[in-house]
Amino acid sequence: MTLAKVVASVVSTEKHPHYRGHKILVVQPIDPEGNPKGRSLLAVDGVQAGIGDRVLVVDEGGSARAVIGDETAVTIRTAICGIVDSVDIEDIEDAGGAS
Amino acid sequence: MKLGRVIGRVVCTQKMECFDGLKLLLVQPVDENGKHAGAALVAFDVARAGEGDLVFFEAGKEAAQANPNGWFNPADAAIIGVVDAVDSGSKPAEQGGGKSAGSKSAGGRK
Repeated sequence: MTLAKVVASVVSTEKHPHYRGHKILVVQPIDPEGNPKGRSLLAVDGVQAGIGDRVLVVDEGGSARAVIGDETAVTIRTAICGIVDSVDIEDIEDAGGAS
Repeated sequence: MKLGRVIGRVVCTQKMECFDGLKLLLVQPVDENGKHAGAALVAFDVARAGEGDLVFFEAGKEAAQANPNGWFNPADAAIIGVVDAVDSGSKPAEQGGGKSAGSKSAGGRK
């Protein structure tokens, strides 16, 4: 799973039947501090995420199909499986200074 | 899945039977702002895309599964859908490609 931020939604009429009824969002992978990391990708939404949300993205077919609850949708590989409320990071510099 | 722009068509006479009747298109991966994002690739099409369309494509084994002629085929990229619009919220909707960037509504079909 990777941390990502939802940056856009995609509207598509002509698409593979496996994708019918699913919301497709553009997600930009980020590091724990929120800085963009790597190239954006598209993911099927399994958790009612929206633009601007920090999310968890799973980029593996079997897991993605479990998230959207349709094991027959074999062409789906990437899905949003969680909305991140907060990320706690240990402040390594502070920890070093205290000891 | 990634966004891409169809930039050409690939014609093969001699090819594996599993690709019979399928269109092979040259796809340039782009980001949500229409900027190039990596090298162009060849993908077969199941979404009736055409040259100039903004599309989304799947790579890896899931692409092969999209082949209507059966999953046992050597494809690693498939065009899954044609993008009508990319909506990025507060900003004006973004155009997927360079040709008509700046218009208020994004779109693949031209």
